[in-house]
Amino acid sequence: MSDKRLFTISVYTENNVGLLNRISSIFLKRHVNLLSMTASASEIVGVYRFVVVVKITEEAVKKIVGQIEKQIEVIRAYYHTDEQTIFQETALFKIASSLLFEEPQIQNIIKNANAEIVTVNQRWFVLSKTGRRSEIDVIYEKLKPFGLLQFVRSGRIAISKDAMRISEILEEFTMNS
Amino acid sequence: METQTHTLDVKNASKIERISGAEAVIKCLLAEGVDLIYGYPGGAIMPVYDELYKYQDELRHILTRHEQGATHAAQGYARTSGKVGVAIATSGPGATNLVTGIADAQIDSTPMVCITGQVGSHLLGSDAFQETDIIGISTPVTKWNIQVTKAEDIPAVMAKAFYIARSGRPGPVLVDITKDAQFEQFDFSYAKCTGVRSYKPVPATVAGTLEQAAALINEAKKPMIVWGQGVILGEAEAEFKAFVEKTGIPAAWTILGASAIPTKHPLNVGMVGMHGNYGPNMLTNECDVLIAIGMRFDDRVTGDLNTYAKQAKVIHFEIDPAEIDKNVKTEVAVMGDVKHTLAGILPLVTQKKHEDWHQEYKKYDAIEFEKVIKNDLQPTKEGLTMGEVLGAINKTTGGDQVIVTDVGQHQMIACRYAEFTKSKANITSGGLGTMGFALPAAIGAKMGAMEREVIAIIGDGGYQMTIQELGTIFQTGVPVKIVVLNNEFLGMVRQWQQLFFDKRYASTEMVNPDFVKIAEGYSIPAKRVKKREDLQAAVEEMIAAETPYFLEVCVEKEANVFPMIPTGASVSDIRLS
Repeated sequence: MSDKRLFTISVYTENNVGLLNRISSIFLKRHVNLLSMTASASEIVGVYRFVVVVKITEEAVKKIVGQIEKQIEVIRAYYHTDEQTIFQETALFKIASSLLFEEPQIQNIIKNANAEIVTVNQRWFVLSKTGRRSEIDVIYEKLKPFGLLQFVRSGRIAISKDAMRISEILEEFTMNS
Repeated sequence: METQTHTLDVKNASKIERISGAEAVIKCLLAEGVDLIYGYPGGAIMPVYDELYKYQDELRHILTRHEQGATHAAQGYARTSGKVGVAIATSGPGATNLVTGIADAQIDSTPMVCITGQVGSHLLGSDAFQETDIIGISTPVTKWNIQVTKAEDIPAVMAKAFYIARSGRPGPVLVDITKDAQFEQFDFSYAKCTGVRSYKPVPATVAGTLEQAAALINEAKKPMIVWGQGVILGEAEAEFKAFVEKTGIPAAWTILGASAIPTKHPLNVGMVGMHGNYGPNMLTNECDVLIAIGMRFDDRVTGDLNTYAKQAKVIHFEIDPAEIDKNVKTEVAVMGDVKHTLAGILPLVTQKKHEDWHQEYKKYDAIEFEKVIKNDLQPTKEGLTMGEVLGAINKTTGGDQVIVTDVGQHQMIACRYAEFTKSKANITSGGLGTMGFALPAAIGAKMGAMEREVIAIIGDGGYQMTIQELGTIFQTGVPVKIVVLNNEFLGMVRQWQQLFFDKRYASTEMVNPDFVKIAEGYSIPAKRVKKREDLQAAVEEMIAAETPYFLEVCVEKEANVFPMIPTGASVSDIRLS
């Protein structure tokens, strides 16, 4: 199993309530752990996009994508390696405001990491960092010793370098009607 | 919904009537050509049943004795008629009782629409009486499912449900309708669904693949065909027969593919898989080109994949893209509906006979006959064999019958020895292996093909899993013939215990009731046979009956089914004893 690697699966779907369950059960059945899963709107009105990150073999990801595409309300599913996508994650850190004054190096950490202060009040402030997982890990490790009131990281969102051609698929359907 | 589906105006589609959601369900079924459904009433589906009462002259409802029976009957009906089977049940336990049949239909690609009642939409999520999340429960085992909470959505959803169930690779669809949506009045009109934009039922055949496949077939010295149910589901029997006859290639079948061409067809070399024939299993590992047609390389067919047909170039004719390379790596994938792809390849293949290659099969056939078949069909020992019961049935019907089997030893024996002359004749639970399938499925199978003789062959274990459906047979009078092969054991499990668990017969011995008396309690003519000399006459009496008939045959208690590929072994490690 040494050939396991990260794959980003992008699934274009009709907006449907049951679909999350249907897609996740495909992973569940095969004991594949989801490293992250994000659902959002896509570039097409009424079409949803799921972005799923998994660490498996290419053979396994190919079969899973086949099973996902087979679902009625899935328009198309793709898988990509990290090299084939532009991807980001976002993390939020909630930190005591007093530390901003007591621990001046925190300001340097924020500056060097290109992180952004989202909000500040007398008791706490919220820091946001968008980037690759490794960049978020770096700032996390640096801030952790000072004490984090809360930390949360989003799933990966990814855009493929190649065209997805979803509009063409949908147009083809409309043309045939 | 309009932007995502294609619809076709049918007769009266423009006519708008103000009716209830429940009545709309009935009108949708009628518009889809349904005249027979199976089900069981209950609280949350009562509005639909009330409409069924009004429409009983147009839409026949068969009251099964359990919701599971309704699904298996709908499956049996679908499998012999080629139409979509319909099962209907209430919410909660009614819905959960459908799940086994739905899972069975999913894995065996049977077109079925299940309609369940659901608690009122204001009660959803409140743990109301008989509320269950049947959408969540049925998601992994349905081709599609949906909950409807508004009457106005019913026509489009029902149209889509039937379209999805029957198109492409068929499968089960579940439509869950809340009680308030059933009561609600709305302006009904119906239009058939002809397309769903995110769903492509039949993939396009990739340009050049027919030519590549034909080239491999034409060059092959030892080609072998393994066909499955895709040939039957695609109604491609004639195209398949023409392809087999022109190429002269030995053709073997999976149990769901059985009967697509007659058993006695000279190019039919028998059954593959765990209890299949010796020749086709052994020669799978000798052929140079393996042509898989409408089959999915189930593990019961392939045995150990690491040693399965490794020497062969594999051509896969398949409608479901997800099946390509799923289990066996293909050289050429011919995507599409086999009815079209087989017709398309016919002019590209050369006429051949492969006589020497056929001789290889005959050599193995002779060994199998000597070591297994002879003892099964012409036993000299005292106890009756399951095989000789099949022999007596073949002799009486001449193969012109539908065999419905349950799961276990009797199933393998029936698949091995039943002779078929017509297609859609072997109705069995293949993928899921559902004990209890046969009795209700036989009811549906008969209703789907009233002109054909339908014989259910069931073990004493599986029979008692859905024995209550004798009540359905009694009430409807449907003339199915029931043969219980009674060995007083859960025979297949016992066989495994004998072979792989040092004869520790844990919970496989059955203490059975008097099956004849039970049948008689339902006014079904019944007979028990214990002796060889009584068998043929009893089978003839059963076939001659115009009513339902029950025949119990007491067979050898500890007989085993051979050949056998032990789990995880290679197809060429098949054992004859």
